[in-house]
Amino acid sequence: MTEALIFDKVEITLAGRDLISLDRSIEPGEVLTVMGPSGIGKSTLLAHAAGFLDPVFAARGRVLSGTTDLTGLPPHQRRLGLLFQDPLLFPHMSVGENIAFALPPELHGRTRRRQAVATALADVELAGFETRHPATLSGGQKARVALMRVLEAQPRALLLDEPFSRLDAALRDQIRQLVFAKARERGLPVLLVTHDRADAEAAGGPVVDYG
Amino acid sequence: MLRLAPVLTLAMMLGPVAAGLLGTLLPAAGYVPVLGGTAVSLEPLRMFLTQPGIGMSAALSLSTGLVATFGAFAAVVVFTAAFEGTRFFRALRRLLSPLMAVPHAAAAFGLAFLIAPSGFAMRLLSPWATGFQRPPDLLIVGDPLGLTMTLGLMAKEIPFLFLMLVAALPQADALRSRRVAASLGYAPVAAWLTTVLPRVYPQIRLPVFAVLAYATSVVDVALILGPTTPPPLAVRLAAWMNDPDLSQRFMASAGAMTQLGLSLFAILLWVCGERLAAKLGRLWIESGRRSAAEELSAALSGAAMVMLAGAMLAGLALLALWSIAGPWRFPDALPHHLTLRAWTMHAHAAEDAIITTVAVALPVVVVAITLALACLENETRDGLTVRHRSLPLLYLPLIVPQIAFVFGLQVLFLTAGLHDTLFAVALGHMVFVLPYVFLALSDPWRAIDPRYGHIAGALGASPTRTFWRVRLPLARKAVATAAALGFAVSVAQYLPTLLIGGGRISTVTTEAVALAAGGNRQLVGIYALLQMLLPFAAFLLAAAVPGIAHRHRAENEATA
Repeated sequence: MTEALIFDKVEITLAGRDLISLDRSIEPGEVLTVMGPSGIGKSTLLAHAAGFLDPVFAARGRVLSGTTDLTGLPPHQRRLGLLFQDPLLFPHMSVGENIAFALPPELHGRTRRRQAVATALADVELAGFETRHPATLSGGQKARVALMRVLEAQPRALLLDEPFSRLDAALRDQIRQLVFAKARERGLPVLLVTHDRADAEAAGGPVVDYG
Repeated sequence: MLRLAPVLTLAMMLGPVAAGLLGTLLPAAGYVPVLGGTAVSLEPLRMFLTQPGIGMSAALSLSTGLVATFGAFAAVVVFTAAFEGTRFFRALRRLLSPLMAVPHAAAAFGLAFLIAPSGFAMRLLSPWATGFQRPPDLLIVGDPLGLTMTLGLMAKEIPFLFLMLVAALPQADALRSRRVAASLGYAPVAAWLTTVLPRVYPQIRLPVFAVLAYATSVVDVALILGPTTPPPLAVRLAAWMNDPDLSQRFMASAGAMTQLGLSLFAILLWVCGERLAAKLGRLWIESGRRSAAEELSAALSGAAMVMLAGAMLAGLALLALWSIAGPWRFPDALPHHLTLRAWTMHAHAAEDAIITTVAVALPVVVVAITLALACLENETRDGLTVRHRSLPLLYLPLIVPQIAFVFGLQVLFLTAGLHDTLFAVALGHMVFVLPYVFLALSDPWRAIDPRYGHIAGALGASPTRTFWRVRLPLARKAVATAAALGFAVSVAQYLPTLLIGGGRISTVTTEAVALAAGGNRQLVGIYALLQMLLPFAAFLLAAAVPGIAHRHRAENEATA
């Protein structure tokens, strides 16, 4: 169902200076971890893939999902699921609306969409949280809603930008396991950008270390 | 002393509104002993309601105001949704910022010079395309439905709403919201409308109400661009209020209360629209629809913004050209030659108008800045922010239609023997200048790092010394900009100057609007240009003076 996420000779430069490069294929269900201290531009890889690269950077090479070249597509047509440091749940929507917002529009009918929201929430042990306001959730609960929101949009791959760094230690491991388990379950290729070696170990996949 | 500042500020701002409303209400009920009315009756209202075409006038006020406000709001919102973050967006932002300071009347004259039957656009097309050797007999300016007036109001309100919206964007986390929505598959306009608009709207709601109240009760723009058979309600009221026949004023008061109701009704309709939009928004969010006529929205809003901003700029350039135009016959695209004759002929009168304008504006600005600074310094020392509680109060003078309380003020000043004085006019201007000065100054002031004050205190500086030597210098640029804005607001006041001044205090704005019916374009050009140049001069001063003194400190300064 899903296809590999391929970084085909991607090179990012800043004012003519080489910043970072990646030439790898991430298979469905695989997690590729990009490690390195902050400031080396590892997040620009992710921004380039997602289509948000700041114009001060220049990028060469292609990003593909299987045989589909994503590089020329506008961000909203790339269907790459992003998780940031903050869960970024929309504060003007309830928890249920945050998920419904992500459900594909092809899923028609109010009842069916609400059912899909309920299933998604139950999947991360948040059954019945539909009408709750994001501000009333704990950090772990927010992270789980954010994860389900990304997954329900049926992305081609996951791009994770230090998504666990703001969670406290006890919660971090739990959310980490959950994210990787869900990604494997759906056979999604995952690109993880982090400076935390424990993230790389938990991911259990190949590691590209720029340190 | 400082503790009294907030009370004093509110009194200066809201006192005249409350007193003015009362001063309008009493004659509306037939009670003004000075004018010989002592019995409370509904006669003024009855008289007002039986005026010919009064229903049409009210309908015009409501429709032009609502359509202009909605048009400006929709153009600004959809444009921002489609283009935020692009180079085009930044370019338009730079273009629109200075246009905010252009007085309504000047902008309206500029538009009239552009699109009138004998205007610049028709000249460019004549005679080769239209065949016209003489201006066609078309009612473009002053059309009976008020379409041109609506367009003029829209063009003038767009810069204001746009800048208010742009200022609110960072607080709505706009950039990250758009990215999350895009990664979920939402096209730009759909992403912005579903994730950013619901969060910025509460912050621009009061400015929108102010625009709505203004647009439904405007006098100067309506005199220049609006219909005359009949004119919108506020125009008729202003005429009655200025009528030498004092008995007209009872009827005018009843009309002013009706105008108040009409503007509040417009706001009520808008609030109903908000509710409906929120309901539809929820349905949209639940449906997961990923696009919102993306190309069409971008094309329409982009075209609307560029055309209206372009029309305003072209209009302003035409004002300047007309003021130095020699003979300029239709359909010549350009004047036969340029001359300073009009300027030299009217230099004396213009000089008087400029002096009066500045004599009112300067003291008003000084007092307004002092009061605003005193309030903010008091707030800093107490360590509390009264922002949320006081914000609606700040907007109150901008939301109550001017004509509803300025007339009452006129009656009160008349009673107090202060009528037709510069002092009374200045008090009237203060009501409108204070809110803008406060709004422009408060955000930069509150953004000053409080630790500078703490350090100064720890070094042994008294609170007074800390204010004068630390906080005020840090806010200097913001103070200058707020002062320039306050000056611009005072210069632009038409109705308060006209009514409170009893027609005897002539500023560049009252002079310019008075010339509207005359048709002497050179003269209109001069006064409308002066209307524009005075605020620009103020903003230039604000930009230049503090920057030169300590340029190397720029990075630490609070900016407006």
